[in-house]
Amino acid sequence: MKSWLKPSSPGGLVLIVVLMFGFGFALVPLYDVFCEVTGLNGKTKGAYQGQINAQAAPSERTITVQFIANRNDNLSWDFVAEEEEIKLSVGERKQTHFSVNNTYDKAVVAQAIPSVSPPQAADYLNKIECFCFQRQPLEAGEAKQFPLVFFIDPALPEDISKLTLSYTLFDISDRNSNGED
Amino acid sequence: MSAHAETLHHGPAKGISRWILTTNHKDIGTLYLVFSLIMLFIGGTMAFVIRAELFQPGLQLVMPEFFNQMTTMHGLIMIFGAVMPAFVGLANWQVPLMIGAPDMALPRLNNFSFWILPFAFTMLLSTLFMPGGAPDFGWTFYAPLSTTYAPPSVTFFVFAVHMMGISSILGAINVIVTIFNMRAPGMKMMDLPLFVWSWLITAFLLIAVMPVLAAVVTMVLMDVHFGTSFFSAGGGGDPVLFQHVFWFFAHPEVYIMVLPAFGVISEIIPTFSRKPLFGYRAMVLATIAIAFLSFIVWAHHMFTVGMPLTGELFFMYTTMLIAVPTGVKVFNWISTMFRGAMTFETPMLFAIAFIVLFTIGGLSGLMLAIAPADFQYHDTYFVVAHFHYVLVPGSVFGIIAAVYYWLPKWSGNMYDEKLGQWHFWLSFIGVNLTFFPMHFVGLAGMPRRIPDYALQFADFNMLTSLGAFLFGTTQLLFVYILVKTVRSGKPAEQLPWEGARGLEWSVPTPAPYHTFTTPPELNKE
Amino acid sequence: MFRRLHLLCLALVLPPAPLRALEFNMPVGVTDTSQSIFNLHMTIFYICLAIAVVVFGVMLWSIYHHRKSKGHEAAQFHGNILVEVIWTTIPFLILIAIAIPSTITLKDLYDTTESDIDIQVTGHQWKWHYKYIGEDVDFFSVLATPREEIENRKKKNPNYLLEVDNPVVVPVHKKIRFLFTSNDVIHAWWVPDLAIKKDAIPGFINESWTRINEPGLYRGQCAELCGKHHAFMPIELKAVSEAEYETWLAEQKTAQEAAVAAAEKDWSMEELMNTGATVYEKNCAACHQADGSGMPPTFPPLDGSAIVQGEKIDHMKIVVNGRVEKGMPAFGKQLSAVDIAAAITFERNSWGNQTDDMVTPAEVQDLMDKQ
Repeated sequence: MKSWLKPSSPGGLVLIVVLMFGFGFALVPLYDVFCEVTGLNGKTKGAYQGQINAQAAPSERTITVQFIANRNDNLSWDFVAEEEEIKLSVGERKQTHFSVNNTYDKAVVAQAIPSVSPPQAADYLNKIECFCFQRQPLEAGEAKQFPLVFFIDPALPEDISKLTLSYTLFDISDRNSNGED
Repeated sequence: MSAHAETLHHGPAKGISRWILTTNHKDIGTLYLVFSLIMLFIGGTMAFVIRAELFQPGLQLVMPEFFNQMTTMHGLIMIFGAVMPAFVGLANWQVPLMIGAPDMALPRLNNFSFWILPFAFTMLLSTLFMPGGAPDFGWTFYAPLSTTYAPPSVTFFVFAVHMMGISSILGAINVIVTIFNMRAPGMKMMDLPLFVWSWLITAFLLIAVMPVLAAVVTMVLMDVHFGTSFFSAGGGGDPVLFQHVFWFFAHPEVYIMVLPAFGVISEIIPTFSRKPLFGYRAMVLATIAIAFLSFIVWAHHMFTVGMPLTGELFFMYTTMLIAVPTGVKVFNWISTMFRGAMTFETPMLFAIAFIVLFTIGGLSGLMLAIAPADFQYHDTYFVVAHFHYVLVPGSVFGIIAAVYYWLPKWSGNMYDEKLGQWHFWLSFIGVNLTFFPMHFVGLAGMPRRIPDYALQFADFNMLTSLGAFLFGTTQLLFVYILVKTVRSGKPAEQLPWEGARGLEWSVPTPAPYHTFTTPPELNKE
Repeated sequence: MFRRLHLLCLALVLPPAPLRALEFNMPVGVTDTSQSIFNLHMTIFYICLAIAVVVFGVMLWSIYHHRKSKGHEAAQFHGNILVEVIWTTIPFLILIAIAIPSTITLKDLYDTTESDIDIQVTGHQWKWHYKYIGEDVDFFSVLATPREEIENRKKKNPNYLLEVDNPVVVPVHKKIRFLFTSNDVIHAWWVPDLAIKKDAIPGFINESWTRINEPGLYRGQCAELCGKHHAFMPIELKAVSEAEYETWLAEQKTAQEAAVAAAEKDWSMEELMNTGATVYEKNCAACHQADGSGMPPTFPPLDGSAIVQGEKIDHMKIVVNGRVEKGMPAFGKQLSAVDIAAAITFERNSWGNQTDDMVTPAEVQDLMDKQ
């Protein structure tokens, strides 16, 4: 090993410092990867890409799905889940709605952030169409109804019969980034 | 062993430029120690404000928002301004002397590492006078309290932390390079005194984790000023990510704050027991084991955050495991004392108190490791009791013990033993009166970081505040002892402590400005 | 003091149950979970105590007997590998013994069998919001301790800082699932008698469940630093029989309807000012201060404010819609039309503001409906 790179030399130690600084930042994507791979933290996946088999016989197993609609930081918008609780079979494709009303007198951009509990259920919630996939611009005073189309993977563990999906609406009008999930 | 007395070189420069420009490890050690003593009193004043407000239920003295600034700044000052610089000061004085080196490997870098600190802390303390006040989000600065909801001073907080981090990293590099490259000929790694081993390991911890602190604090800055969303769910981020990255740094940080104290105790106990350290090899291995384990326990600070079962179990098990090497160290210290011929001068008193009281802190730490029980302990005064036990009668007593122990060699004068005993006993009583009742109020349900509390916590809070006033005021006695020693203490012997062994004792008393300008010849021990 | 010491010694040797009465220890609590956590805590405490007694005992004995002043000569042994192995292995085994019951207790907490009742708990700066999922019941729960007690002008009542206006009510013997989130910063919901402490994180939900064995009133506090009034957002949970719970639930639903009706009736200036004073103290004084002086630049003063003294509609819009970028919540989402009208009327006619204006609940309801 080159003498200036050894851990007993200043050069080698500075290299470790730089690498660990980078590691600190690397923890950011690593955290997301870890959550995705293990399905922990209740983070839902992106849009469901596969085919859903419409011919399959509806399963006997029924699940309760609850919907919570939150507004972050005391926003005055109306944000309501049309249905608070739905009962459906695993594998059954279902649609529900959320309504948003921008009560401000200026245009805004909203981002809905999903979260599932119990966290291990998140991996089994497949969203086919969701308003949380994109930023949602709203004109002043504009009200919109957003659909959510989803189904529960039949592989959902047997001990889970109820899960809750929460959306928190954030005002991202002053952000230029895409808040894509 | 031979060492040149003061010598070929001229003595130290005169006046203030001596202190600004010095590259001498002894001067820089003194600078760090004096700086940390000043910071101890500033952080201690903040503790006084906290304990004065908590003396009784109700809001009497300060507004809740100012109280939060006090708790935040107290933590930052004590950790980064008092404890860490004090240990660097001890390293600067002692490491070259203990390995027979003439100075640290990088003397000018050494000077720079120190002088960053007064600037960093001036900036940090000045935030108290800024509109919006000082940082008020706890020294742990969780997002989004420290990002979206932070006062304007958060920016200065970030820069101050960056500066302190650079100082620590550069200091650690210096320590490692010195120990690896400048040992006296014939001194092998397994001949190193335990204080030197402890600092070597601590220095590696520092260079590994301080950069992660720099990263997380940069992310906070970016979220506040550059529109990123590392820690905001709205932009695709996660507040819990902050906690993972922060604690990945901060857990090893707490071991950084205690390992050098372990090293000090391992020097003092053998001297005053007149017996070699029991289990040298095991002590080195145990310290290394603690350092490694410290990287995989971080989420025990996050048991209530909503982690999955596997995560909670993993961190519970690893945290419990760290008790094993720590226990080994405690047993080895006691075995060093066992069947020795002990005397109880002030350094030994502080060292023995360290062993007892640090162990109490360690045992409450074991209780905290149990994840389901932690649901009742987390964010209560039980945690505050735990970490103050390991830090105050732990690290701080270790620093005080080291100062009493080596001061004769540094200054050439003995401190007043009777006054030292007073300092010890008042501190011992003060520290226990302050922190022991915190276990009870925490278990009984008192949360942390509150300026006002429910009535059932009143009696113990009053006791705690009285203890704090006693302990804090007693440290003025310490300052008096130090000044009196340096100015007018009785001249010390060449070997002030009968049982002391080690290269540092072979130089004259007081240690000349330049020592080991030629390497010593070592006896085979 | 001596009595306490005596009790402490007793506490250390008696079995768990009597300890509950002392302020030294964790409560046993009223759920199976809280009891098993308490037992775990006491077991590990006793193990730690035993370790401490043995280790310090050896040390103190040695300090006494191996003193130089007593003439003891130092032995010179350096180490002993067997002994090192022994005192590494034995602690390791003790830890395994501790880990087993700990693992079992923790596993039980992750139970996902279906709950009977689900309650969403949202932390706000600085109060809690409860929403019963599937019922049309939701409300804020705000500290009820009067300002005079906090500011030491009145004697503190026994539940100082642990009382709220609207406790969360649940039935005993049912599985209750709490879903935690936050409106702003991280808070934590903690009720010691249930042994539940969970962080409330903005943008995400966490869950905890409980099954309460005994009816009663259980108090808790926020357990994560959340800003200046972190100490002032307690929790009161009332566990009642199933029948009482159903009655309470029905009352809550009619109360919401009653609030809407109340907006339509006629209100006098005096009624509005009285109600307004209470609403102001509970919801506005935290930032704008009891005397309306605010905390500039962050929280503007209301006393002498151009908006408060200006057009009624502008004043109403700010209170109803908030000003999020400045940290002012949209109270239209939190308070009834009556409360908002009362607070606005109070502000317009207090301190140095003497507009003589009255804002009626009907006017506020009208504004909220139009949006």
